[in-house]
Amino acid sequence: MFVAKSIAADHKDLIHDVSYDFHGRRMATCSSDQSVKVWDKGDDGEWHCTASWKTHSGSVWRVTWAHPEFGQVLASCSFDRTAAVWEEIVGESNDKQRGQSHWIKRTTLVDSRTSVTDVKFAPKHMGLMLTTCSADGVVRIYEAPDVMNLSQWSLQHEISCKLSCSCISWNPSSSRAHPPMIAVGSDDSNITYSGKVQIYEYNENTRKYAKAETLMTVTDPVHDITFAPNLGRSFHVLAIATKDVRIFKLIPMRRESANSSGPTKFEVQVMAQFDSHNSQVWRVSWNITSTLLASSGDDGCVRLWKANYMDNWKCTGILRGDGSPVNGSGHAAALSAVGVPVAAQMVVGAASAGRYFFPHLDSPRAGSRLAHLLPPPSLIEQIYEPDLSHAPQIRQRHTANSTNQPTEHD
Amino acid sequence: MEEVDVEPSTTLIPGAGFYQKHLGFEWGPGDLIVYETNYKLQGPRSAGSPSVHIVRRDEDICSPILRKLFSESHLIFVGLQKIKEDVPSKNKKSQFVSISKNYRSVIRACMEELQQNAVSTQSGSLASQYGDQVSILLAIELIWNLCEVLFIDAAPAGSLLLQLLDWVRLHKSDVDAKAREVLQSDSPAQHQSYWDVVISLVLQGRTDEARQVLSKQASLRAESSSVFKRMDGLLQTMPIFNPTGTQTLTEFEVKWRHWHEECDRCLQDNTFASNRHLETICKILVGDEDTLLEQKELLSTWYHFLVTRLLFTHPTIKPPDLHYYAQSSMNMFLGPRASPEPLDIILLSAFEFDLHQVIKDCSIALNNWWFVAHLTDLLDHCKLLQSHNLHFGSNLREFLVLEYASGLFTHHSLWQLAVDYFDHCPEFGRVYLELQIERVPLDTERKAIKVLRICEDRQMSEQVRSICKIMAKRALRNNRLGSALSWTIRAKDAAFATLISERFLQDYSNKGSFTDLDLLDNLGPAMLLSDSLTFLGKYREFHRLYGEKRFSEAARLLLSLMTAKIAPRSLWMTLLTDALPLLEQKEVIFSVDQTYELMSCLEELNSGTKHSNLTDQDEDIESTKTELLRLALARNLTMAIVKEGTIET
Repeated sequence: MFVAKSIAADHKDLIHDVSYDFHGRRMATCSSDQSVKVWDKGDDGEWHCTASWKTHSGSVWRVTWAHPEFGQVLASCSFDRTAAVWEEIVGESNDKQRGQSHWIKRTTLVDSRTSVTDVKFAPKHMGLMLTTCSADGVVRIYEAPDVMNLSQWSLQHEISCKLSCSCISWNPSSSRAHPPMIAVGSDDSNITYSGKVQIYEYNENTRKYAKAETLMTVTDPVHDITFAPNLGRSFHVLAIATKDVRIFKLIPMRRESANSSGPTKFEVQVMAQFDSHNSQVWRVSWNITSTLLASSGDDGCVRLWKANYMDNWKCTGILRGDGSPVNGSGHAAALSAVGVPVAAQMVVGAASAGRYFFPHLDSPRAGSRLAHLLPPPSLIEQIYEPDLSHAPQIRQRHTANSTNQPTEHD
Repeated sequence: MEEVDVEPSTTLIPGAGFYQKHLGFEWGPGDLIVYETNYKLQGPRSAGSPSVHIVRRDEDICSPILRKLFSESHLIFVGLQKIKEDVPSKNKKSQFVSISKNYRSVIRACMEELQQNAVSTQSGSLASQYGDQVSILLAIELIWNLCEVLFIDAAPAGSLLLQLLDWVRLHKSDVDAKAREVLQSDSPAQHQSYWDVVISLVLQGRTDEARQVLSKQASLRAESSSVFKRMDGLLQTMPIFNPTGTQTLTEFEVKWRHWHEECDRCLQDNTFASNRHLETICKILVGDEDTLLEQKELLSTWYHFLVTRLLFTHPTIKPPDLHYYAQSSMNMFLGPRASPEPLDIILLSAFEFDLHQVIKDCSIALNNWWFVAHLTDLLDHCKLLQSHNLHFGSNLREFLVLEYASGLFTHHSLWQLAVDYFDHCPEFGRVYLELQIERVPLDTERKAIKVLRICEDRQMSEQVRSICKIMAKRALRNNRLGSALSWTIRAKDAAFATLISERFLQDYSNKGSFTDLDLLDNLGPAMLLSDSLTFLGKYREFHRLYGEKRFSEAARLLLSLMTAKIAPRSLWMTLLTDALPLLEQKEVIFSVDQTYELMSCLEELNSGTKHSNLTDQDEDIESTKTELLRLALARNLTMAIVKEGTIET
């Protein structure tokens, strides 16, 4: 891995969240400076800030994109006790020329009496639904019944979790076998004995969300929670950031009778547990196919976790700040210079990529191996030339090649 | 099986970790975004403005030269997947070997191009980047070739050594360059590398070539020509097993033992005492280990030493015995202090026939899944993973192929290759493809159609719907109604079709004409998607008939739009107004019955609830319209009665 680019985000305060849109061509950042910025990836591969606006009257904790089926829509949540929905509108032509876009506020959701700690859109097969959770322990599910009119949102469900909520995650499974399900994490440190992860499931009959499970083994504050894509499996995989990283497997148990209307019960198994962050873990997130889990913790590192084909989990990569102050103490101009010499960066990457092979090729004992390994241009079929008198032609090409030996290693 | 724990590599983020202690992150396609942050929200606030860093995972994918490796091996891979069905198992082995060779030639072609680029480039960093890639490919090819000999071709005793010799010759080709240099010099026999060349050729078992080089010396030294002749004889008579001949292995062994004894005798008799070089060669011929080890410089690797040692001591080595000699050769050659490197360990595992270990160590040592994915796939097709007691054989193959294909998906054009790889992963291929393909940026309509076709071919209906919906939504946002409608029809989204139809009609009532006539005129059965769309299509058809002066057809259609309740009530007045010019024609178009129906439509409309929010002025216009219509209808009725009552003459 290597740092390909550094972008001066130009926020006046801490960045709390960065969110890619569904296709990875746009990015939204939010900050304690109460603003959200939208960045677009140009055809040249560079990121340009195309919008920046004040969104809230407090720190903005999270920003998230709706599925592009619903248009260009963002939701943000803040310390100011609100969540908001934003829509990009096709602007005036001179805006486009300046490379700027217009975002307008479609609604402010003011039901919470405390800081709104997380905001997530529900999976798209459920329609356009937005979920918030807040420090007062309530999860709220809103719906925009008319996807063409995002100024109307109705509060569909209020789930009282009894514990201060820090994070929510929807189960992304669109299988008919799985009713809508949401996991809620709590960072409530006042109550130490109860489970800090609750799982709620939608009941078709009562049209309400009911608690299906509490992960009793997780009693420490939970800071982040995330379901893995279902991959067509019968069970669900949930990653949790608490005092360590934990991955749970939730296996739905067979209902006792077909007409029982209670929520699904789960057999809960711990698939993996990593304490390499030493202390609190703050964020966990899966990549698209959930082959990698990333986590960020108090050790200042982002760690990447991967399971092999036998489901053994291992740390496969670490990202860490180099701890150096940026030259010119953080001015945008100086910062943008960090990312420039792309060619040089590429080399760093290549070297680390082959780090298991190169040292050996260069080591004194096997120092000449590289040269020895050089291929003759005659490909595989022409390996053996028994008669020397026939050889010169092939040799000719050989020499041409051997002058090409990359000696830069020595 | 021992788990080698490799410390994960650490990537440093410049300028982070100074003001704040935490790193935030976000997954992207093919990269990871990290930024300095503080989750605890205590302590000093940020000084200075934070940066967002884009960390890329796999840089190989971006190399234009390696792209050729990816695209050409893709063709081989797809070919290999097709073999399964149509070839009897007997002929498969030779097919697999040739596929293996194809893969290797792709690697070699790629290496050569990289080398040429490394030499021609002006940039030092680029040159070393190319150099790095070459040395990775070299190692890959070396391992692959050995696996081909040991596993895919599975050469039996006799042939095994010949193939190992070829392997060593191929990968230590500097001998040829040196030989050429010596032979082209003014007096080859005096050249300082002369004996190095002779011995190197002998070490590789290239006795004929060694004899030719030796003859240069023999002709110079008449006095010792008998000694040279003797050596020439030994080299000439050295038996080489011929796997295609009629000779049995036992016969060969007997012959070889005789020859070996003869070499031994020469040594005992001090035949070559007069020439230390010839003495050395003779010692090599009898397989004297100390003498062989003295040639470390010329052998350069322990596996060359291994093959040479076997050549002169156990030419009929059986595959199962290989690992013993491999291990001891490595120990002897590297010495007790040196610790073997990953490449050595991988090769040793191959000699031990420990396929799983080879694949595993390669996955760890290489950042790129290309090699392990393709090799494992080939070995799996050869049914080798099962026979080596790896019960998770197909899982391992699928795991590696999925990893490789997922990597391809992060590239803006290589993702198309990945589709075929996913197609050949029976367990998770389809789910992976579904997850990945919907993330492909739909930059242009052309690209969207390309992605769409892939999904349609695989009956991925949800992805098809979603892509069309995204495109429709985008088109609508940009006010391209026609495009929005055609994407909506593909998405079969009734609600959205209604919405767009209404926009079309709104547009029509504003401008008095329709846009996107091509699309509207050719809706066909697609117009049944929603009632509004049906109406839109039929209404446009009315306009077309009218334009073509097919008045009676137009009239019939217009009437049916109202009587069959296809037209929304809100548009009836518009429709009736559209009927006016038809009523005003000289010719009678609406029949008596039709006129009655029109009248009842008008009355039905007027008897409905009046819009209370209409201004007086609007109401005036409405009532004027109604009066005009009534008048026209009455007049038409008169004419129609007269016409229908008249017996044509």
